[in-house]
Amino acid sequence: MNLTLKIWRQKNQSDKGGFKEYKVTGISEDMSFLEMLDVLNEEMSEKGEDPVHFDHDCREGICGTCSLFINGRPHGPQQTTTCQLHMRSFKDGDSITIEPWRAKPFPVVKDLVVDRGAFDRIIQAGGYVSVNTGGVPDANEIAIPKIIADEAFDSATCIGCGACVAACKNGSAMLFVSAKISQLALLPQGQVERRERAEKMIAQMDAEGFGACSNTGACSAECPKEIRQSNIARMNREYYAASVVTENV
Amino acid sequence: MSWVTKTLNSTLGRKLLMALTGLFLILFLVVHLAGNLQLLAGDGGEAFNIYAQGMAVNPLIRGVSIINFILILVHIVYAILLTQHNKKARPIEYAVTNPSANSSWASRNMGILGTVILIFLLVHLRGFWYRLKFGSPDKVNIDGVEYDNAFIIVEEAFKNPFYAGFYVLSMVFLAFHLYHGFGSAFQTIGLNHKKYSPLIKKVGIGFAILVPALFALIPIVLYIQSL
Repeated sequence: MNLTLKIWRQKNQSDKGGFKEYKVTGISEDMSFLEMLDVLNEEMSEKGEDPVHFDHDCREGICGTCSLFINGRPHGPQQTTTCQLHMRSFKDGDSITIEPWRAKPFPVVKDLVVDRGAFDRIIQAGGYVSVNTGGVPDANEIAIPKIIADEAFDSATCIGCGACVAACKNGSAMLFVSAKISQLALLPQGQVERRERAEKMIAQMDAEGFGACSNTGACSAECPKEIRQSNIARMNREYYAASVVTENV
Repeated sequence: MSWVTKTLNSTLGRKLLMALTGLFLILFLVVHLAGNLQLLAGDGGEAFNIYAQGMAVNPLIRGVSIINFILILVHIVYAILLTQHNKKARPIEYAVTNPSANSSWASRNMGILGTVILIFLLVHLRGFWYRLKFGSPDKVNIDGVEYDNAFIIVEEAFKNPFYAGFYVLSMVFLAFHLYHGFGSAFQTIGLNHKKYSPLIKKVGIGFAILVPALFALIPIVLYIQSL
C-alpha cells in the first residue's frame, strides 16, 4: 500500500505547529497503524530528519497510551486503540490526516504527543480507596453479587486513553470520570469515600477545564473499551446525592 | 447556601438545570397544544376564545406562566454559559472531523436548534401574546358574555402563507430539538435504566414527532380554510 499522510507537526508546547505531508510506500495491510508510522520514522531517521513523535507503550490495546485523531475520529475508523488498528482498514492510495487529541486540558507536548496529566490529577483527587494494610483478607469475605461485580468490572476496563475527550464536541471528560467513579461506587470497598469522591473528582474535572456533557454519545461510540453512557447517568446521581448529603458546606 | 451555588455552577449542575427546565417546558408544550387544538374545533373560535380568556384571568395560570417565562430564561442563559464553557475546552479545532460516525446531528446542534426556536418564540409572542395583552383585541359576544377575540388574530395571521410557513418550519426545528432533548434530559437527571430507558427513548421520539406535527397542523389547516 502507498499512502499520503498529513501529520500535525509541532516542535513544543509554545510552537504554533502545522500539517506536513509525507508519503509512505510498501505498507502491508497486516501492519498496525503504529507500525506504519514506525516505517515512516525509520525513513526519516535515516535521512537525518526529526521523526514524528507519538504516544505508544504496550501495543496490545490494554494500556491506553496510544492516541491519534485519524481522519476525524479518535483511534481511527475502528472502535479500538490505535495500536490495534490495522492498515487493512485503509485502501491503497488513501490520504490520512493525523492530529493530536484536541482539548485545553490536553496540551500538545510535541507533534502528536499530548499531556494527559489532567486525568491523573482527577484520579488523585478521589479515584482511590483507602485500605488498611495488614493480613490478606479472605477472598470471599465480602460478598458481591455477580451482576454488580460485572458492572463494576466493565467500568473498570477504562484505560484512560482520552478518546472520549477527543471525540466529544465539548471536550468533555465525563465518560472517563464516570467510569472511574462507577467502578468504586458499585463495590463495597468504595463506599467509605463514595460521596466525597464524586464531589472531589468532579471539582477537579471542572478545574482542569473539560467541557460539559451534551449526551451526544460520541464518547461511548468511540471508546475502545465500550464504556457505557449509563456510567454518566450514575455519576450524575452520585454527584447530586453527594451535594445534598455530605456535610461540606 | 454556598453549596447550592457551587453545585449548580459545576458542569453537572448546569446540565441539571438545563434538563429540569427542559422537562418543564416539555410539559408546557403539552398544555399549550391542548389549548391550541381548540382552534380546529370548527366553531368559529368560540371554544378557543373562552379558553384563552379563562387562562388569562386564572391567577394560578398567571403564576405558572411567570414561572414558565423564568424557566425559559434559565434554559437560555445556561445554554449560553455551557456553550461558552464547552468552546473554551477546545481552543484549537480539528482540521478533519467525522462527527456523523459517532453521534446524531440533532444532538450536536442543540444550540443552533434552540436559537431558531428562540427566534420563533419572539415572533410568536409578538404576534399573539403581546397583541392580546397589550393591544386592543376585537371583542366577541358569546352567550351574553364579552370575550377578547383571540381566534380572529390567529385566523388573520395564518392567512399569510409566509407566516404560516414560518410556523411549520419552526416546528421542524422544535421536533429535532425534542428528538435529542427529551431522552437527554432523563439521562442528565441520572435516569438510565435497562427497563425504562428504551421506553423513554421511544416515548421521546414519538413526542418529538407528534407534538410539533400537531402544532404545525394548526397553521396549515387555518391557511387552507382561508383560501
